[in-house]
Amino acid sequence: MNLQRIIDQLNLTVLTEPGDFESINPTGGYSSDLLSCVMAGAKKGHLWITLQAHLNIVAIAALNELAAIIITENAQPDAASIEKANQQGIVLLSTSRPTYEINGKLWELGIRNGMQ
Amino acid sequence: MHGRHGRPITDQDAHEINRVEELSYDLKTRDVMSTALRTASPEMPLSKVLDILRINRISGVPVLEEGNLVGILSLEDIVRAMEKNDLAATTSQYMTRDVALQKDYKEEEVRRYRASHLFEDIISERTTLVLRYTIKAGDFTQGGKASSHIKRALLRLGADPQITRRCCIAVYEAEMNLIIHTTNGGILKLEVEPHRITMSAADDGPGIPDTEKVFEPGYSTATEEVREMGFGAGMGLVNMKRCVDTIDLTSSVGQGTKLVMRIFIPDQPFGGRRDGETNELAKNH
Repeated sequence: MNLQRIIDQLNLTVLTEPGDFESINPTGGYSSDLLSCVMAGAKKGHLWITLQAHLNIVAIAALNELAAIIITENAQPDAASIEKANQQGIVLLSTSRPTYEINGKLWELGIRNGMQ
Repeated sequence: MHGRHGRPITDQDAHEINRVEELSYDLKTRDVMSTALRTASPEMPLSKVLDILRINRISGVPVLEEGNLVGILSLEDIVRAMEKNDLAATTSQYMTRDVALQKDYKEEEVRRYRASHLFEDIISERTTLVLRYTIKAGDFTQGGKASSHIKRALLRLGADPQITRRCCIAVYEAEMNLIIHTTNGGILKLEVEPHRITMSAADDGPGIPDTEKVFEPGYSTATEEVREMGFGAGMGLVNMKRCVDTIDLTSSVGQGTKLVMRIFIPDQPFGGRRDGETNELAKNH
Protein backbone atom coordinates (compact mmCIF):
# COMPACT_ATOMS: atom_id res chain seq x y z
CA MET A 1 0.00 0.00 0.00
CA ASN A 2 1.75 3.16 -1.17
CA LEU A 3 1.31 6.60 0.33
CA GLN A 4 -0.67 7.96 -2.62
CA ARG A 5 -3.30 5.27 -2.17
CA ILE A 6 -3.44 5.96 1.55
CA ILE A 7 -3.93 9.67 0.84
CA ASP A 8 -6.77 8.83 -1.58
CA GLN A 9 -8.47 6.23 0.61
CA LEU A 10 -8.40 8.37 3.76
CA ASN A 11 -9.10 11.61 1.89
CA LEU A 12 -6.05 13.30 3.38
CA THR A 13 -4.96 16.83 2.50
CA VAL A 14 -1.33 17.18 1.46
CA LEU A 15 0.11 20.25 3.23
CA THR A 16 3.64 20.03 1.88
CA GLU A 17 4.85 20.07 -1.71
CA PRO A 18 3.54 17.33 -3.98
CA GLY A 19 5.94 14.44 -4.43
CA ASP A 20 6.19 10.94 -5.77
CA PHE A 21 3.95 9.45 -3.08
CA GLU A 22 3.47 6.26 -5.07
CA SER A 23 7.10 5.38 -4.43
CA ILE A 24 6.70 5.70 -0.65
CA ASN A 25 5.53 2.50 1.02
CA PRO A 26 4.91 3.01 4.74
CA THR A 27 6.07 0.02 6.77
CA GLY A 28 3.80 0.62 9.75
CA GLY A 29 2.57 3.35 12.02
CA TYR A 30 2.82 4.95 15.43
CA SER A 31 0.27 7.15 17.20
CA SER A 32 1.09 9.48 20.07
CA ASP A 33 1.15 13.16 20.92
CA LEU A 34 4.08 12.74 23.30
CA LEU A 35 7.28 13.44 21.42
CA SER A 36 9.55 11.31 23.64
CA CYS A 37 7.35 8.31 22.98
CA VAL A 38 7.48 8.92 19.24
CA MET A 39 11.28 9.23 19.33
CA ALA A 40 11.50 5.87 21.04
CA GLY A 41 8.60 4.08 19.40
CA ALA A 42 8.29 5.18 15.78
CA LYS A 43 10.52 3.40 13.30
CA LYS A 44 11.98 4.34 9.95
CA GLY A 45 9.29 4.27 7.26
CA HIS A 46 6.39 4.56 9.71
CA LEU A 47 3.42 6.90 9.48
CA TRP A 48 3.00 9.06 12.57
CA ILE A 49 -0.54 10.00 13.53
CA THR A 50 -0.78 12.94 15.93
CA LEU A 51 -2.68 16.02 17.02
CA GLN A 52 0.57 17.96 17.35
CA ALA A 53 1.11 20.47 14.58
CA HIS A 54 4.04 22.60 15.74
CA LEU A 55 7.52 22.94 14.28
CA ASN A 56 9.15 20.26 16.42
CA ILE A 57 7.22 17.40 14.85
CA VAL A 58 9.26 17.96 11.68
CA ALA A 59 12.55 17.35 13.49
CA ILE A 60 11.15 14.17 15.05
CA ALA A 61 10.03 12.87 11.65
CA ALA A 62 13.38 13.71 10.08
CA LEU A 63 15.39 12.05 12.85
CA ASN A 64 13.30 8.91 12.65
CA GLU A 65 13.05 8.96 8.84
CA LEU A 66 9.28 8.63 9.02
CA ALA A 67 7.26 8.19 5.81
CA ALA A 68 4.80 10.97 6.69
CA ILE A 69 2.99 12.71 9.53
CA ILE A 70 -0.82 12.60 9.55
CA ILE A 71 -2.10 15.53 11.59
CA THR A 72 -5.61 14.84 12.88
CA GLU A 73 -8.70 16.87 13.89
CA ASN A 74 -7.76 19.73 11.57
CA ALA A 75 -4.84 20.87 13.70
CA GLN A 76 -2.95 23.30 11.46
CA PRO A 77 0.81 23.65 11.30
CA ASP A 78 1.99 27.22 10.68
CA ALA A 79 3.79 28.35 7.52
CA ALA A 80 7.24 28.01 9.13
CA SER A 81 6.57 24.37 10.00
CA ILE A 82 5.41 23.57 6.48
CA GLU A 83 8.43 25.31 5.02
CA LYS A 84 10.77 23.38 7.28
CA ALA A 85 9.05 20.13 6.35
CA ASN A 86 9.53 20.94 2.66
CA GLN A 87 13.20 21.69 3.25
CA GLN A 88 13.72 18.40 5.03
CA GLY A 89 11.61 16.33 2.69
CA ILE A 90 9.00 15.49 5.33
CA VAL A 91 5.45 14.85 4.10
CA LEU A 92 2.75 16.56 6.19
CA LEU A 93 -0.82 15.31 5.75
CA SER A 94 -3.97 16.65 7.35
CA THR A 95 -7.43 15.32 8.16
CA SER A 96 -10.51 16.48 10.04
CA ARG A 97 -10.96 12.96 11.47
CA PRO A 98 -9.69 12.00 14.96
CA THR A 99 -6.56 9.91 15.53
CA TYR A 100 -8.53 6.83 16.62
CA GLU A 101 -10.46 6.71 13.38
CA ILE A 102 -7.34 7.17 11.23
CA ASN A 103 -5.59 4.38 13.14
CA GLY A 104 -8.54 2.10 12.48
CA LYS A 105 -8.67 2.86 8.79
CA LEU A 106 -4.93 2.39 8.35
CA TRP A 107 -5.16 -0.95 10.12
CA GLU A 108 -7.98 -1.98 7.79
CA LEU A 109 -5.83 -0.99 4.81
CA GLY A 110 -3.20 -3.40 6.06
CA ILE A 111 -0.75 -0.84 7.43
CA ARG A 112 0.42 -2.88 10.37
CA ASN A 113 3.79 -2.85 12.06
CA GLY A 114 6.27 -5.48 11.09
CA MET A 115 5.00 -5.86 7.55
CA GLN A 116 7.31 -5.17 4.64
CA MET B 1 49.73 29.37 17.61
CA HIS B 2 46.74 31.56 16.88
CA GLY B 3 43.04 30.89 17.10
CA ARG B 4 40.36 31.44 14.53
CA HIS B 5 40.04 35.10 15.38
CA GLY B 6 43.74 35.91 15.17
CA ARG B 7 44.35 36.31 18.88
CA PRO B 8 46.77 34.01 20.73
CA ILE B 9 44.89 31.03 22.07
CA THR B 10 44.80 30.04 25.69
CA ASP B 11 44.83 26.52 27.07
CA GLN B 12 41.09 26.79 27.43
CA ASP B 13 40.70 27.75 23.77
CA ALA B 14 43.01 24.96 22.73
CA HIS B 15 40.81 22.55 24.59
CA GLU B 16 37.74 23.85 22.86
CA ILE B 17 39.07 23.91 19.37
CA ASN B 18 39.42 20.47 18.02
CA ARG B 19 41.45 20.15 14.88
CA VAL B 20 39.64 17.08 13.64
CA GLU B 21 36.32 18.80 14.16
CA GLU B 22 37.50 21.70 12.02
CA LEU B 23 38.78 19.33 9.38
CA SER B 24 35.49 17.54 9.05
CA TYR B 25 33.40 20.66 8.73
CA ASP B 26 35.58 23.26 7.06
CA LEU B 27 36.86 21.19 4.17
CA LYS B 28 34.90 21.35 0.95
CA THR B 29 34.19 18.23 -1.04
CA ARG B 30 36.32 19.48 -3.91
CA ASP B 31 39.32 19.93 -1.63
CA VAL B 32 39.67 16.23 -1.13
CA MET B 33 37.63 14.24 -3.58
CA SER B 34 40.13 13.97 -6.44
CA THR B 35 42.63 12.08 -4.33
CA ALA B 36 40.30 10.36 -1.93
CA LEU B 37 37.76 8.83 -4.27
CA ARG B 38 38.29 5.56 -6.09
CA THR B 39 36.24 5.16 -9.23
CA ALA B 40 35.61 2.64 -11.97
CA SER B 41 34.88 3.03 -15.67
CA PRO B 42 31.97 1.32 -17.46
CA GLU B 43 34.24 -0.97 -19.48
CA MET B 44 36.38 -2.03 -16.50
CA PRO B 45 36.17 -5.79 -15.81
CA LEU B 46 34.51 -6.64 -12.50
CA SER B 47 37.59 -8.56 -11.38
CA LYS B 48 39.55 -5.32 -11.49
CA VAL B 49 36.88 -3.40 -9.58
CA LEU B 50 36.94 -6.12 -6.96
CA ASP B 51 40.69 -5.51 -6.56
CA ILE B 52 40.03 -1.78 -6.07
CA LEU B 53 37.41 -2.49 -3.43
CA ARG B 54 39.62 -4.99 -1.66
CA ILE B 55 42.78 -2.90 -1.67
CA ASN B 56 40.98 0.21 -0.48
CA ARG B 57 38.63 -1.66 1.85
CA ILE B 58 35.56 0.02 0.44
CA SER B 59 32.16 -1.38 -0.38
CA GLY B 60 31.46 0.33 -3.68
CA VAL B 61 32.69 2.80 -6.28
CA PRO B 62 31.08 5.44 -8.46
CA VAL B 63 31.33 4.62 -12.15
CA LEU B 64 32.57 7.53 -14.25
CA GLU B 65 32.53 8.00 -18.01
CA GLU B 66 34.42 11.05 -19.25
CA GLY B 67 34.08 12.62 -15.86
CA ASN B 68 30.32 12.05 -15.63
CA LEU B 69 28.77 9.74 -13.11
CA VAL B 70 26.92 7.00 -14.98
CA GLY B 71 26.36 4.50 -12.20
CA ILE B 72 27.39 2.93 -8.93
CA LEU B 73 28.98 -0.48 -8.50
CA SER B 74 28.73 -2.06 -5.09
CA LEU B 75 30.03 -5.29 -3.60
CA GLU B 76 26.50 -6.64 -3.87
CA ASP B 77 26.60 -6.17 -7.64
CA ILE B 78 29.88 -8.09 -7.75
CA VAL B 79 28.38 -10.87 -5.64
CA ARG B 80 25.55 -11.13 -8.17
CA ALA B 81 28.14 -11.54 -10.93
CA MET B 82 30.09 -14.10 -8.90
CA GLU B 83 26.97 -16.20 -8.46
CA LYS B 84 26.84 -16.45 -12.23
CA ASN B 85 30.60 -17.00 -12.45
CA ASP B 86 30.74 -13.83 -14.53
CA LEU B 87 33.61 -11.78 -13.07
CA ALA B 88 34.95 -11.20 -16.59
CA ALA B 89 31.89 -9.06 -17.32
CA THR B 90 32.24 -5.30 -17.50
CA THR B 91 31.16 -2.85 -14.83
CA SER B 92 28.42 -1.42 -17.05
CA GLN B 93 26.69 -4.82 -17.14
CA TYR B 94 26.20 -4.96 -13.38
CA MET B 95 26.25 -1.38 -12.12
CA THR B 96 23.21 0.39 -10.73
CA ARG B 97 22.01 3.27 -12.88
CA ASP B 98 19.72 5.49 -10.88
CA VAL B 99 19.78 8.88 -12.48
CA ALA B 100 17.59 10.53 -9.88
CA LEU B 101 19.90 9.66 -7.03
CA GLN B 102 23.21 10.12 -8.74
CA LYS B 103 24.17 13.61 -7.71
CA ASP B 104 23.16 13.27 -4.09
CA TYR B 105 24.62 9.81 -3.92
CA LYS B 106 27.94 10.97 -5.28
CA GLU B 107 28.24 13.81 -2.83
CA GLU B 108 27.12 11.72 0.11
CA GLU B 109 29.40 8.85 -0.95
CA VAL B 110 32.37 11.20 -1.08
CA ARG B 111 31.55 12.57 2.35
CA ARG B 112 31.05 9.14 3.78
CA TYR B 113 34.18 7.81 2.20
CA ARG B 114 36.17 10.64 3.67
CA ALA B 115 34.67 10.49 7.14
CA SER B 116 34.59 6.72 7.47
CA HIS B 117 38.36 6.53 7.05
CA LEU B 118 39.08 9.20 9.62
CA PHE B 119 40.01 6.80 12.36
CA GLU B 120 42.27 4.77 10.08
CA ASP B 121 43.90 7.74 8.40
CA ILE B 122 44.86 9.60 11.54
CA ILE B 123 47.31 7.68 13.67
CA SER B 124 47.47 8.40 17.36
CA GLU B 125 47.35 6.43 20.56
CA ARG B 126 43.85 7.62 21.11
CA THR B 127 41.92 9.51 18.46
CA THR B 128 38.76 11.29 19.55
CA LEU B 129 36.42 13.23 17.31
CA VAL B 130 34.62 15.92 19.29
CA LEU B 131 31.44 17.57 18.03
CA ARG B 132 30.18 20.49 20.06
CA TYR B 133 26.85 22.32 19.80
CA THR B 134 25.62 25.37 21.70
CA ILE B 135 21.95 24.97 22.59
CA LYS B 136 19.90 28.05 23.44
CA ALA B 137 17.32 27.99 26.22
CA GLY B 138 13.75 28.22 24.99
CA ASP B 139 14.67 28.04 21.33
CA PHE B 140 12.13 25.46 20.21
CA THR B 141 12.50 26.47 16.57
CA GLN B 142 15.96 24.85 16.55
CA GLY B 143 14.89 21.78 18.53
CA GLY B 144 16.48 18.66 17.09
CA LYS B 145 18.92 20.49 14.84
CA ALA B 146 22.04 19.41 16.73
CA SER B 147 20.70 15.86 16.94
CA SER B 148 20.16 15.70 13.20
CA HIS B 149 23.71 16.95 12.61
CA ILE B 150 24.96 14.28 14.99
CA LYS B 151 22.98 11.61 13.19
CA ARG B 152 24.43 12.60 9.82
CA ALA B 153 27.94 12.70 11.28
CA LEU B 154 27.63 9.21 12.74
CA LEU B 155 26.27 7.73 9.53
CA ARG B 156 29.10 9.33 7.57
CA LEU B 157 31.58 7.91 10.03
CA GLY B 158 30.20 4.50 9.14
CA ALA B 159 28.44 3.86 12.45
CA ASP B 160 26.07 0.92 12.73
CA PRO B 161 22.44 2.05 12.07
CA GLN B 162 21.20 0.61 15.36
CA ILE B 163 23.90 2.39 17.36
CA THR B 164 23.14 5.58 15.46
CA ARG B 165 19.47 5.26 16.37
CA ARG B 166 20.21 4.73 20.08
CA CYS B 167 22.58 7.66 20.04
CA CYS B 168 20.04 9.82 18.26
CA ILE B 169 17.24 9.18 20.75
CA ALA B 170 19.57 9.96 23.66
CA VAL B 171 21.00 13.19 22.23
CA TYR B 172 17.58 14.41 21.08
CA GLU B 173 16.22 14.08 24.62
CA ALA B 174 19.33 15.80 26.01
CA GLU B 175 19.06 18.60 23.44
CA MET B 176 15.39 19.21 24.23
CA ASN B 177 16.12 19.19 27.96
CA LEU B 178 18.65 21.98 27.44
CA ILE B 179 16.03 23.95 25.48
CA ILE B 180 13.17 23.28 27.89
CA HIS B 181 14.72 23.32 31.33
CA THR B 182 17.89 25.44 31.43
CA THR B 183 18.30 29.07 32.42
CA ASN B 184 20.94 29.98 29.85
CA GLY B 185 21.02 26.98 27.55
CA GLY B 186 24.05 24.71 27.48
CA ILE B 187 26.53 22.67 25.52
CA LEU B 188 25.78 19.38 23.86
CA LYS B 189 28.91 17.39 23.12
CA LEU B 190 29.57 14.17 21.31
CA GLU B 191 32.93 12.42 21.56
CA VAL B 192 33.44 9.64 19.08
CA GLU B 193 36.17 7.07 19.56
CA PRO B 194 36.54 3.78 17.71
CA HIS B 195 35.35 1.82 20.73
CA ARG B 196 32.74 4.13 22.23
CA ILE B 197 30.57 7.22 21.86
CA THR B 198 30.30 9.64 24.77
CA MET B 199 27.42 12.12 24.79
CA SER B 200 27.28 14.91 27.29
CA ALA B 201 25.05 17.85 28.08
CA ALA B 202 26.17 20.59 30.46
CA ASP B 203 24.43 23.72 31.67
CA ASP B 204 24.80 26.35 34.38
CA GLY B 205 21.40 26.16 35.94
CA PRO B 206 18.92 25.97 37.49
CA GLY B 207 20.07 22.49 38.63
CA ILE B 208 18.02 19.45 39.61
CA PRO B 209 17.13 19.02 43.31
CA ASP B 210 16.56 15.26 43.12
CA THR B 211 18.63 13.44 40.47
CA GLU B 212 16.96 10.10 41.19
CA LYS B 213 13.37 11.17 40.85
CA VAL B 214 13.94 12.38 37.27
CA PHE B 215 14.55 8.77 36.25
CA GLU B 216 11.03 7.79 37.34
CA PRO B 217 8.79 7.37 34.29
CA GLY B 218 6.22 10.15 34.17
CA TYR B 219 8.03 12.52 36.53
CA SER B 220 8.31 15.97 34.96
CA THR B 221 8.75 19.57 35.99
CA ALA B 222 7.80 20.96 32.58
CA THR B 223 5.31 23.81 32.37
CA GLU B 224 1.78 23.32 31.09
CA GLU B 225 2.68 25.21 27.92
CA VAL B 226 5.57 22.88 27.14
CA ARG B 227 3.44 19.82 27.89
CA GLU B 228 0.85 20.97 25.41
CA MET B 229 3.53 20.72 22.75
CA GLY B 230 4.00 17.08 23.65
CA PHE B 231 7.17 17.56 25.65
CA GLY B 232 7.47 17.06 29.40
CA ALA B 233 5.94 13.59 29.40
CA GLY B 234 8.49 12.57 32.00
CA MET B 235 9.98 10.01 29.65
CA GLY B 236 13.15 11.84 28.61
CA LEU B 237 15.68 10.40 31.02
CA VAL B 238 13.88 7.06 30.96
CA ASN B 239 14.38 6.93 27.19
CA MET B 240 17.99 7.99 27.46
CA LYS B 241 18.78 5.34 30.04
CA ARG B 242 17.21 2.69 27.85
CA CYS B 243 19.35 3.66 24.86
CA VAL B 244 22.78 3.95 26.41
CA ASP B 245 25.18 1.65 28.26
CA THR B 246 26.09 4.07 31.05
CA ILE B 247 24.42 7.26 32.24
CA ASP B 248 25.65 9.63 34.90
CA LEU B 249 23.69 12.65 36.05
CA THR B 250 25.24 15.13 38.45
CA SER B 251 23.55 18.34 39.46
CA SER B 252 23.73 21.07 41.99
CA VAL B 253 20.93 23.59 42.48
CA GLY B 254 22.12 27.03 41.52
CA GLN B 255 25.25 25.62 39.86
CA GLY B 256 24.07 23.50 36.98
CA THR B 257 23.75 20.00 35.63
CA LYS B 258 26.00 17.62 33.79
CA LEU B 259 24.76 14.53 32.04
CA VAL B 260 27.22 12.01 30.59
CA MET B 261 26.08 9.00 28.59
CA ARG B 262 28.13 6.32 26.87
CA ILE B 263 27.47 3.75 24.22
CA PHE B 264 30.15 1.09 23.76
CA ILE B 265 30.80 -0.09 20.25
CA PRO B 266 31.48 -3.73 19.58
CA ASP B 267 33.93 -4.66 16.82
CA GLN B 268 34.87 -1.08 15.93
CA PRO B 269 32.38 -0.41 13.14
CA PHE B 270 33.96 2.93 12.25
CA GLY B 271 35.99 2.77 9.12
CA GLY B 272 34.44 -0.49 8.06
CA ARG B 273 30.92 -0.83 6.81
CA ARG B 274 28.72 -3.09 8.79
CA ASP B 275 25.10 -3.33 8.04
CA GLY B 276 22.60 -5.35 9.85
CA GLU B 277 20.70 -5.00 13.00
CA THR B 278 22.94 -6.83 15.39
CA ASN B 279 23.70 -5.11 18.60
CA GLU B 280 26.32 -7.24 20.28
CA LEU B 281 25.95 -5.44 23.57
CA ALA B 282 22.24 -6.03 23.71
CA LYS B 283 22.72 -9.68 22.85
CA ASN B 284 25.29 -10.23 25.57
CA HIS B 285 23.22 -8.61 28.28
